Amino acid sequence: MSRRWTGTLVNALLVAGALTMVFPFLWTLSTSLTSGAGLSATPSLIPAEPSLEAYRTLFTSTPFARVILNSVGLAVAVTVIQVTTSATAAYAFARFEFPGRRVIFALYLATMMIPMQVLLVPLFEQMRDYGLIDSYLGVILPTMASAFGVFLLRQAMVTVPRELDEAATIDGAGHVRVFARIILPNVRPALATFSIFAFMSSWNAFLWPLVILRSEEMKTLPLALASLQGQFTTEWDVMMAGSIVSILPMLAIYIFAQKYIIQGVAGSGIK
Amino acid sequence: MTATAARTRLLPTATARGRQRRATATAYLFLAPSAIPLLLFVVYPMFRAAWTSLHEWNLLSEKSWVGLDNYADLVSDPETAAAFLHTLYYVLGVLPLTLVGGLALALGLHRAFRGRNLLRGVYFLPVVTSWIAVAIVWRWLLNPSVGIVNEALSWIGIDGPGWWTDPAWSMPSIILASAWKDLGYVMVLLLAGLQALPTDVQEAAMIDGAGWWRRLRSITLPLLTPALFFVVVITLINGFQVFDQVYAMTGGGPNGSSEVVVMRIYDMTFRYGEAGLASALSMVLFLVILLITLGQMRGERKWVNYV
Repeated sequence: MSRRWTGTLVNALLVAGALTMVFPFLWTLSTSLTSGAGLSATPSLIPAEPSLEAYRTLFTSTPFARVILNSVGLAVAVTVIQVTTSATAAYAFARFEFPGRRVIFALYLATMMIPMQVLLVPLFEQMRDYGLIDSYLGVILPTMASAFGVFLLRQAMVTVPRELDEAATIDGAGHVRVFARIILPNVRPALATFSIFAFMSSWNAFLWPLVILRSEEMKTLPLALASLQGQFTTEWDVMMAGSIVSILPMLAIYIFAQKYIIQGVAGSGIK
Repeated sequence: MTATAARTRLLPTATARGRQRRATATAYLFLAPSAIPLLLFVVYPMFRAAWTSLHEWNLLSEKSWVGLDNYADLVSDPETAAAFLHTLYYVLGVLPLTLVGGLALALGLHRAFRGRNLLRGVYFLPVVTSWIAVAIVWRWLLNPSVGIVNEALSWIGIDGPGWWTDPAWSMPSIILASAWKDLGYVMVLLLAGLQALPTDVQEAAMIDGAGWWRRLRSITLPLLTPALFFVVVITLINGFQVFDQVYAMTGGGPNGSSEVVVMRIYDMTFRYGEAGLASALSMVLFLVILLITLGQMRGERKWVNYV
């Protein structure tokens, strides 16, 4: 077989594989548009009578609108907080000589080895002591800082030429000014990458919100989705509508920021 | 360090020392917004988990000291052993699927052709979606009676299994959904590895008439070992923490057939009121992750071929 034919064959296989990857999404979409799917109706890839009935059920018989708002609010808050705390720490590690710098940086990295799963019991106990069960603050507090973010932003900041800071310092700028006016604008791509990651991990977070949030109108999307399963055991159209609603915002972000997301994963192994 | 800098450090003038002290204080101020939460919500709870693991406690009672009894109970608890086995089953199922699949995709999509970025984007898409959404979607696809997968199997005369409703098929169902979701992630890690490889060796081998398979086996794969090794380690570390998809797909069932370690920690704490025991299991899980990480550090030195 000639080289060209092999190439065409490989590409055909890659396209077939991609179609297989996309199929679950398409099937979810068409199921969500087929009223009574799984019970009275069998969905097909192109629904014979597309209907938004499942979406209406979703928004009328569950507080789904509120749930979306909760997810957006929490994800935005966590992103803003994590970017702020990570960027300031990254600046300290990138631009200061201080006693214990190496050790402290190593300790930051070491915290990445301790997953939330290991801290479930003590963190729950702590939040209960503070009276933060079923509160957004209880969800936010343990995710305020990100060692991964500090690492990522520090890597970017050390590549910013020191001459830029020095010039600003001679002009009378203090550290806050150098940080905000010189360093931050020069690491915009890293800030974008990390912001997307922080948003994505908060948007998709499940275990910790599951432990903290109890009432239906406090829940985030993944939690509400999980409880849909109990409420609509066989109404697959409603459950698929819920999945579509939770996937769409991430999909939109992904389409616009694919470059940052893939670079971030490739450079760090964090997803 | 330059000679002048060394001298300043040996003989600091009063102002230099004052400046250094101010700089140190400023640095700590910049560190504080992240250091305080990390200390309060990672380091401190870690010690608290270790302390709680030495007690019997149901979240409500006073903690009562039991020494290492919880650890002894874990060793003799068949359900905990089963949870580790299920977790291992998960890791050993997902790893080859994503590693071989991800490698094939990376090799295929490393070549230059039109539409390559679109294809990469499609394969990566499931990575950004929530585990819960994915789990629910796969419960629907793998529904034994009305799911599309069993229907498709029936077209070719195969009587599909009970998937997540059957104890023998619950882990394979979770593995299948997880492999679908993680495939693009492994692909991207390996693509990054391929992009970092030197091209001159490949070209030399091509001039010498080495075929595709020969080049893959003798050049590409050996050079790619750091990336492959990284994928194995990260899959192991993530795999031992598997929870979301299990919770949403099977809830650990049927009959505990898919109860994984983190699910067990969750159930012990919030269903059985065994928070002390759960803390002990958490410490064991932490130890496993720590050992994998240390193994990574050793292994990298030992058999990864950096050239």
